[in-house]
Amino acid sequence: MEEQDKILQEVTSQEYKFGFVSDFESDSIPKGLNEDVIRTISAKKNEPEFMLQFRLDAYRKWLKMPIPDWAYLKIPPIDFQDIIYYSAPKKKPQYESLDEVDPDLIETFNKLGIPLEEQKVLAGVAVDAVIDSVSVKTTFKETLAEKGVIFCSFSEAVKEHPDLVKKYLGMSVPTSDNFFAALNSAVFSDGSFCYIPKGVRCPMELSTYFRINAAGTGQFERTLIVAEDDSYVSYLEGCTAPMRDENQLHAAVVEIIAMDRAEVKYSTVQNWYPGNKEGKGGVYNFVTKRGICRGESSKISWTQVETGSAITWKYPSVIMMGDNSVGEFNSVAVTNNHQQADTGTKMIHIGKNTKSTIVSKGISAGLSDNSYRGLVKVLPGAVNSRNFSQCDSLLLGSTCGAHTFPYIEVGNKSSIVEHEATTSKIGEDQIFYCNQRGISTEDAIGMIVNGYAKEVLNKLPMEFAVEAQKLLAISLEGSVG
Amino acid sequence: MLTIKNLRVAIEGKEILKGINLEIKAGEVHAIMGPNGSGKSTLGNVLAGKEEYEILDGEIWYEGEDLLELSAEDRARKGLFLGFQYPVEIPGVPMVNFIKTSVNEHRKFKGLEPLTAGEFLKLMREKKELVHLDSQLTNRSVNEGFSGGEKKKNEIFQMAMLEPKLAILDETDSGLDIDALRIVSDGVNALKHPERSTIVITHYQRLLEYIVPDCVHVLYQGKIVKSAGKELALELEEKGYDWLKTHSL
Amino acid sequence: MTLTANKIALSEKYTELFHAHRSMLDAGSSSLLNRMRDIAIKRFEKTGIPGFKNENYKYTNLERVFDKDYRHILEYEQVDVDLNEAFRCDVPQLDTHVVLLVNGWYYAKNQPLQNLPKGVVVGSLKQVANEQPELVQEYLNRQAALSDDPIVALNTAFAQDGFFMHVPDHVVFEKPVQVINIMRSQDAIFATQRNLIVVGKNSQAKVIFCDHTMSSRDFLTNNVTEVFVGQDAVVDIYTVQNQNNQANSVNSSFFKQEANSNLLSSVATLHGGLIRNNLKVEMAGEHAEANLYGMSFTDKKQHVDNFTNIEHAQPNCLSNQVYKYVLDEDSVGAFAGRIHVVRDAQKTNAFQRNNNVLLTDSAKMNTKPQLIIDADDVKCSHGATIGQIDEEALFYLRARGIGEADARMMLMNAFAHEVVQNIRVEPLRDRIDELVEKRLRGELAYCHSCDRH
Repeated sequence: MEEQDKILQEVTSQEYKFGFVSDFESDSIPKGLNEDVIRTISAKKNEPEFMLQFRLDAYRKWLKMPIPDWAYLKIPPIDFQDIIYYSAPKKKPQYESLDEVDPDLIETFNKLGIPLEEQKVLAGVAVDAVIDSVSVKTTFKETLAEKGVIFCSFSEAVKEHPDLVKKYLGMSVPTSDNFFAALNSAVFSDGSFCYIPKGVRCPMELSTYFRINAAGTGQFERTLIVAEDDSYVSYLEGCTAPMRDENQLHAAVVEIIAMDRAEVKYSTVQNWYPGNKEGKGGVYNFVTKRGICRGESSKISWTQVETGSAITWKYPSVIMMGDNSVGEFNSVAVTNNHQQADTGTKMIHIGKNTKSTIVSKGISAGLSDNSYRGLVKVLPGAVNSRNFSQCDSLLLGSTCGAHTFPYIEVGNKSSIVEHEATTSKIGEDQIFYCNQRGISTEDAIGMIVNGYAKEVLNKLPMEFAVEAQKLLAISLEGSVG
Repeated sequence: MLTIKNLRVAIEGKEILKGINLEIKAGEVHAIMGPNGSGKSTLGNVLAGKEEYEILDGEIWYEGEDLLELSAEDRARKGLFLGFQYPVEIPGVPMVNFIKTSVNEHRKFKGLEPLTAGEFLKLMREKKELVHLDSQLTNRSVNEGFSGGEKKKNEIFQMAMLEPKLAILDETDSGLDIDALRIVSDGVNALKHPERSTIVITHYQRLLEYIVPDCVHVLYQGKIVKSAGKELALELEEKGYDWLKTHSL
Repeated sequence: MTLTANKIALSEKYTELFHAHRSMLDAGSSSLLNRMRDIAIKRFEKTGIPGFKNENYKYTNLERVFDKDYRHILEYEQVDVDLNEAFRCDVPQLDTHVVLLVNGWYYAKNQPLQNLPKGVVVGSLKQVANEQPELVQEYLNRQAALSDDPIVALNTAFAQDGFFMHVPDHVVFEKPVQVINIMRSQDAIFATQRNLIVVGKNSQAKVIFCDHTMSSRDFLTNNVTEVFVGQDAVVDIYTVQNQNNQANSVNSSFFKQEANSNLLSSVATLHGGLIRNNLKVEMAGEHAEANLYGMSFTDKKQHVDNFTNIEHAQPNCLSNQVYKYVLDEDSVGAFAGRIHVVRDAQKTNAFQRNNNVLLTDSAKMNTKPQLIIDADDVKCSHGATIGQIDEEALFYLRARGIGEADARMMLMNAFAHEVVQNIRVEPLRDRIDELVEKRLRGELAYCHSCDRH
């Protein structure tokens, strides 16, 4: 028993592997937030008037909002006046080849094991790399353009496609939605925009790598994905962040709109810096992600693997407005050391015959707290709707916590909602069985945890699944032997 | 190959093994019989290195090494195999990955390169035939949804893959019908080798008709009360374990 | 803004009432009761009457029922209830010691109970607190004071009387005590009732609470019951809620279990207005076991909310919760169940299930099962379903020639029976089965002598 505890402790005390600071110049504005700062951000980005108004409107609402306190999290006070709300690489690069890219950036990607060169070749993945909130490089744009797919940085979209942005911005996540969404709406620096026209099946997985960089800079991304009738797109988001001593705030917003029979698959691997073993540093990740199935028979699925961040506050949601629309949420959340995660989803059934499924696998180790929080709401008009939720928690060691907070609200007689949750520890007999076949305890834990999370990992696109497995292993294995 | 001297073992403060002495030479097959609760499975688990047991006294020497000093995985890598009475299910972990990891861990320990995918598949095909293991089973998660018989066959299949020096088969016959019993025994016999030894733990004499032991030990209330040749098994079958009660006093 | 103002005004109404009648509350009450009032009213003031914004009252807005004008029963009033006629809330073959409480007060005409085992005391909390304070002192408010629920604090501030029972160590009290709570008044009234049940080491006891109304007016009852379950003790608490549809109540029960004790709580809600049942269990000793059951059958505009909180404070305990609802017409149900396994409460087994059937599109069910787990060697699970009766089973029965209505009834009875069958007092089990069946048939399931609902 004691031996096992020791190994568990060693196995779970793996240090963050991707910690480093890349060193390239930033163009920052002074710390703090007020209407002038917002005007400056908008001006620096040469935005049209409607964007400025959107930001100011959000800011004014934000001022009146309290910071949410209902999550099972201990959030240290955040001084919102001590944050730099805009920073961008000074050189506005327009590269054709990688040779022109800042060598530091290439180095950064190399350390992550995802060099851009390989990325370009990799299974037709277009990469829109966001470093310090400004899009640096977009590839495969031409291929996409042929199909009429728009995939560009948010700033570019504001310039090139203002009508689309104006039409859809804030549709899924209104500025008044919550404290962090309002903050993002006021100050967001950049992000991605993706538009799939009618009847188009996007020919490649779209992906973005996010990075937090310049010290003391908050990161406020905004992603907007619009899928017109009968279209399909699979979008990947992955992130990893450099090691830092001071906490960094990340408040992103992702909005998805799916029209008739459209399908959007959104996958995330999140590995922001979680802080060190003593719980010092680490990213505060307050994210609002929401999709609206506006059209009939449309489908939005969220798949996430969350291993990083000191604090995660994130509930990717689906509002099923269209009849027969479908929402999915698949999640693996790993917490270790002093990490805290309060994550889950909201499934709002409005249309008839709507279906949603929730699969959540929480894994807690060290001194961490890992909570699932989810809402399933079936409105009276959403007749014949179905939801099935499965929320499992796995505990590694006796000093962590695993919590489950589902909310289920049903308002008609023809719908069926089922929720199941279990909590268990990793099986000693499973570890012994592996040991007896010559497999070390550390490998056994990695193997069992990956097996436990498999149902969700299988939902990820192939190239991401591999990365996700590595991340799970890194989060929980590594330092032994 | 294996020498056990005065082994005393307790679990949760209760003494289960009360001074076991046993000597097994290379190439020998030993059967350990005894009624339920006599400590048979405890002996198997202690040899394999399960941690919840408390060793009160005694020594175990395996191939000239102090076995009690080794971790469970190192015992396995050094060729000690335990065929479990109740193989545990590990959801989500494909059998193929599991056995591949296991085989390559054994090879790494011996300083060998890992098997290539092709070599591995070939080996697996060969060994599966040996125990007539349904090919589908290796695509499933470890032991998940296997019937009792399939689990036991799977244990023998893994033994064949790993070619251990000392195999301990804990109640491998329980829950098997006569055909499965023959298949499992054939598998065990096929692996017989002058350098390899086997300990067969069983409640019934039935299995010993197929796997003929060199020596039979009767374990009763934590002690080996009688050791003799294979004929002892028949005697036990005839007289039942009750016979021991009077006999051992 | 006006909402907030209303809320403050509403809460002030109760604090003002308290201060205006302080001397009346204290008069004749033991100092054991009086000494806790000041802290309690302050505690109440802090939160006030909880509205929707209060996470614990998310699905039940108490402002609605607390906002009505009631006459507050702050002293014993003579209400005539004919004991002989009154109960008859009789359960055939159920042999019980019957005590009556009217509008929250121990009925003065209760006959002294005969043949109680040695040392057993059953009576009025007010009276026992005055006459035998040593039986009350160590238990009163020991659990309730730890609650942050403002309604419990309000009860503590106003508490004067209620049911009291003391069973000393090593006594098997075989015959159940049946406590009949009656609300009867020609005007709308607010009653506060405070109960205390102490069961000593290695003892056994059973209490059946029957909540009734004998007039069809607006009522509000704020009821708090503290139960202490001693080491190795076995305690059954059954509650049958069967009041008129304007009778609202908040019932908060606290159970503290010592090592190796066994608790069974079963609540059947048949008729009533807005009913909120809070149930808190603290597993304070190892190897304790708690089985908690609830069933609720609602129609019209009924609103039933069961809110449970099981705290596994010690290792090796078992808790098991099953709550079932059948909701008809415009009724609303809520269930919130929390299992909290504290750090180092290893080898905990904690299970919870909530199954619900909606019979109409205007009925609503909200459920919020929660697990808070801070120990790893545990087996915990919860499951919740909201749906209809199994159509396949229905078809199977019809294919065997059973008419649809009967088949439905059969399946719903079976659905409820899973909860009913756990009642350990056989005649009561049969009686509740019968009441449930009547209820499901749409007949009024009141007992003979109750007034029309």
